[in-house]
Amino acid sequence: MRFLRRFRIRFSNFVTRRSADQRLQEEIAEHLAFQAEENVRAGMAPAEARRQAALKLGPVEAIRERHHAEQSIPFFENLLFDLRYAIRMVLKSPGFSVIAIGTMALGIGATTAIYSVIDATLLHPLPYPNPAELVRVQDDLPGVGAHGVGISIPEWRDLQASGIFQSVALTGTGANVNLTGSEQPLRLSFKQVTPNYFAVLGVSAQLGRTFDPNDPTPGYNLEVVISDGLWRKEFGADPQMIGRVLRLDNDAYRVVGIMPRGFRDQGSTSDEQNVDLWLGAGFTGLPFRPPQRDLRLASRAVIARLKPGLSIAAAQGHLDALVDTLKKQYPADYPAQTAWTVRLIPLTETVVGSIRSSLILLFGAVGLVLLISCVNVANLLLARASGRGREIAVRQALGAQRTRLIRQFLAESLLLFVLGGIAGVAILFSAQHFLLRLIPESLPHLNNISINWGVLVFAVAVSVVTGTVFGLAPAWLMSRFDLIGTLRQEGRGSSGSRERARARQTLVISELALSLVLLIAAGLLLRSFWDLFKVQPGFNPNRVMAIQTWLPGPNDPSADIYRSATQEAVLLREILRRSRTLPGVEEAAVGDEAALPLGHGQPGRLPLIREGIETKDNEAPVINSPIVSPEYFHLLSVPLLRGRLFNDQDLEETPQVAVINQAAALTYWPNQDPLGKRVRLRLDGRDRRASSTPPWTTIIGVIADARTESLADAAIPQIYRSIYQRPAKDLAIFLRGQLDPSAISSQMRTQIQSIDPELPVFHGETLDEVLSESLSVRRFSMEMVAFFAATALLLAGLGIYGTISYVVNEQRREIAIRLALGAQKAMILRMVLRRGAGLAAAGTGLGIAGALIVSHLMSGLLYGVSPTDLPTFAGFTVVLTAVALAASYIPALRAMRFDPITTLHSE
Amino acid sequence: MKEKPDVLQGTLALMVLKTLDVLEPQHGWGIARRIEQISGDLLAVNQGTLYPLLLRLEHEGSIASEWGVSENKRRARFYRLTAAGRKQLQAETRDWEQTAAIIARFFNVKAEDLS
Repeated sequence: MRFLRRFRIRFSNFVTRRSADQRLQEEIAEHLAFQAEENVRAGMAPAEARRQAALKLGPVEAIRERHHAEQSIPFFENLLFDLRYAIRMVLKSPGFSVIAIGTMALGIGATTAIYSVIDATLLHPLPYPNPAELVRVQDDLPGVGAHGVGISIPEWRDLQASGIFQSVALTGTGANVNLTGSEQPLRLSFKQVTPNYFAVLGVSAQLGRTFDPNDPTPGYNLEVVISDGLWRKEFGADPQMIGRVLRLDNDAYRVVGIMPRGFRDQGSTSDEQNVDLWLGAGFTGLPFRPPQRDLRLASRAVIARLKPGLSIAAAQGHLDALVDTLKKQYPADYPAQTAWTVRLIPLTETVVGSIRSSLILLFGAVGLVLLISCVNVANLLLARASGRGREIAVRQALGAQRTRLIRQFLAESLLLFVLGGIAGVAILFSAQHFLLRLIPESLPHLNNISINWGVLVFAVAVSVVTGTVFGLAPAWLMSRFDLIGTLRQEGRGSSGSRERARARQTLVISELALSLVLLIAAGLLLRSFWDLFKVQPGFNPNRVMAIQTWLPGPNDPSADIYRSATQEAVLLREILRRSRTLPGVEEAAVGDEAALPLGHGQPGRLPLIREGIETKDNEAPVINSPIVSPEYFHLLSVPLLRGRLFNDQDLEETPQVAVINQAAALTYWPNQDPLGKRVRLRLDGRDRRASSTPPWTTIIGVIADARTESLADAAIPQIYRSIYQRPAKDLAIFLRGQLDPSAISSQMRTQIQSIDPELPVFHGETLDEVLSESLSVRRFSMEMVAFFAATALLLAGLGIYGTISYVVNEQRREIAIRLALGAQKAMILRMVLRRGAGLAAAGTGLGIAGALIVSHLMSGLLYGVSPTDLPTFAGFTVVLTAVALAASYIPALRAMRFDPITTLHSE
Repeated sequence: MKEKPDVLQGTLALMVLKTLDVLEPQHGWGIARRIEQISGDLLAVNQGTLYPLLLRLEHEGSIASEWGVSENKRRARFYRLTAAGRKQLQAETRDWEQTAAIIARFFNVKAEDLS
């Protein structure tokens, strides 16, 4: 209480600047008068009496200072003084201040920009309550090299009953559905989910309700929950929406709820997150196949919410025990050689997925730029210190304490850094719309990127921390001026200045090293990107367009007018015939979405059962299995190596045939001829015909490998089947020729809908676009790192220029004497350049060491270039050395042109 | 100079309060002289240190001050104890006596008392 009262009074004195000094002066005068009188009474002479009184009182200045400290709050007061002084210093040398603030604005602005992306993606990826409890359950068969094989219904029930989870939900990975009944048939993305799905995520509807978690319906419960976006866009935010009936793939579903505006579904792609509809299903009755323990559904994801307080590691322990029990209980369903395991993955991780490493790389790169900017500003501060040596020495001579000086310099550098931070964030803020356009659309949570409070706090923290760290060293060195020497000869040759010179050289060397690390990282990324860009994809994407459509699949298979391959063939042949009549079209083919090169999300993978090798699904490796029409291979110019391709005689009633690629031949039939071999592809959950033994399929041809999965992967096994033998719902129509991309989509729509007006037509894209989109994240990170590296190079160049200029300036007297004594100008030039070369050599040496570490850390992001790629390392070392030498050349020239007479006179 | 600020400040404050309790109101020199007379060398030098302390006690509300006229007809600032100060003095006196008693007992302990 007393303390608070005291603080309050002092604070108010501090604010109102009320001083008690006058009062103290009077009191002291009074005190001295009393004491002197008493001394006189004791027999002293008046002069001596006054002297003794003053001695007894003690040092008046110190008392005044303490009195003042008691009256006000010196800490704040000094802070204010320092700040005012710092502002005056910043205004006094505007050129210096603009450069320092600009450099920091660049560093802090860029770091904050990348942080805002990371904040939205890595740090806040899940907009659900208690996200730490959410996990994805993944089943792997490491024994046969299969991952994410999906889960069977009995296994799901085991998980539900295990006591590890509050609830476990099954969900599709996102698929298409046709909404018909309005003007245009609409292709919407939907997910089938178990009714407890929203309970697991912990989100409820903004209007209506979500599914009843205990809904026992085995198949679709014919209820649909729709997204806020769909509700607004298609139904004009109709308040009477609940209870309306939507016709989806020819089935009638009742709308029961509308999700809130900001709700985004989980999933690693923006396609998965932007789901329009959720259908509730039990996954056990029609159109799903009857549950069987060994019938895993690869296209199902399992999302679960852990019991509160259970850590993932502990839950994994319980789960491993459960898996062991199940293996013993059902040995036939879990053959030992497949080594079935079930993993819990934090949902956060699966959402961010593959971009994590790219983002960490970017953050690392921008961190280096920030570091270089800081080093540069620290260097500038030191350079200015030498000009202020006299001022500092005078202040020290007048009794300024060293800590006080350090604090004051610190206030100055903090002011510069914070102003830099403010400028950086202000630029970022005004340019954010432009910057957001640079970010590839495939980045998850793109829409959540914003400059929010968290990001601002980050920017402030970065400014303050860097300002303190990089302000302390110069402040400390600046306060160490040799007082006498400096005052006598203004800083020249004093020990403090030598120390500062060494500090500046260290800073320049680290700057050079850091920028070399960045340059080499950027160079490696650039080469990877270039190699990928120039890679022969194994198919010809030029002049090819793909347009998608979706055939409805009603829940009652007998209501499906495209149920059999023969039925669907009629439609497909008509679509192909009509497409070929469109202007510019030379060739046309169809395939399913998995056949769309680089353009599909997750490939449809099926267990591959080779005759005589595997007997059951759960022992078999999984393989990508696109479905195509016979013209597909020729249209994409994929050459046949052996055997034959599909022809028009391969029909539903003729023996099933398949074409594989070279990689599949080498992987599954090493040293054998795959032609004539028979396989079975276990039908996955997408198939609505409950045939328990799929037919044997004979391999008739081997095609060359094409990079249809990813440009970075040369050979992924593929098995192709003919669409006239195996119907598919998710169709892509491929067209080659002189196409007008803007017109062709609507022409195709007219043609397709004149055959069946209920079919939606969407996603018309050229394969070149698809190709370049597949590289977008790589291109983005490459461009950003290259930009950062260029910035670093510029800053490092400025840094070495500043340091060499400073050295030349310090040595102007020595140089002048040398010149006066007849030294050759060329020798002076060499002397200065040698200085620069020395710094460059030390910097590049350290830089190469650092780059070796960094390049190995980022080797996962490289393609076709080794992390120790000699040309990249050598090239950028030469570039950096050249920049360093060029930057030293200018001050060297100046040194060479010193006029000895003027220089020596001016000293 | 050897500094013992904590003990000095604490005891000096208590002495000031006690002095004002006995002789109030009093001006700065009067307080200093009184303390010097009783405590000997504690305030024989650096009497000036009293003034920051007086200001502090005033901020804390233990004492109050106002201008007045001294015995030799000069303007001087007179300090007096407030009600809060008196209460504080009583509390601190009690504390001090307790502490002193405990310490005294420890000083009087002999080896045989502890066996």
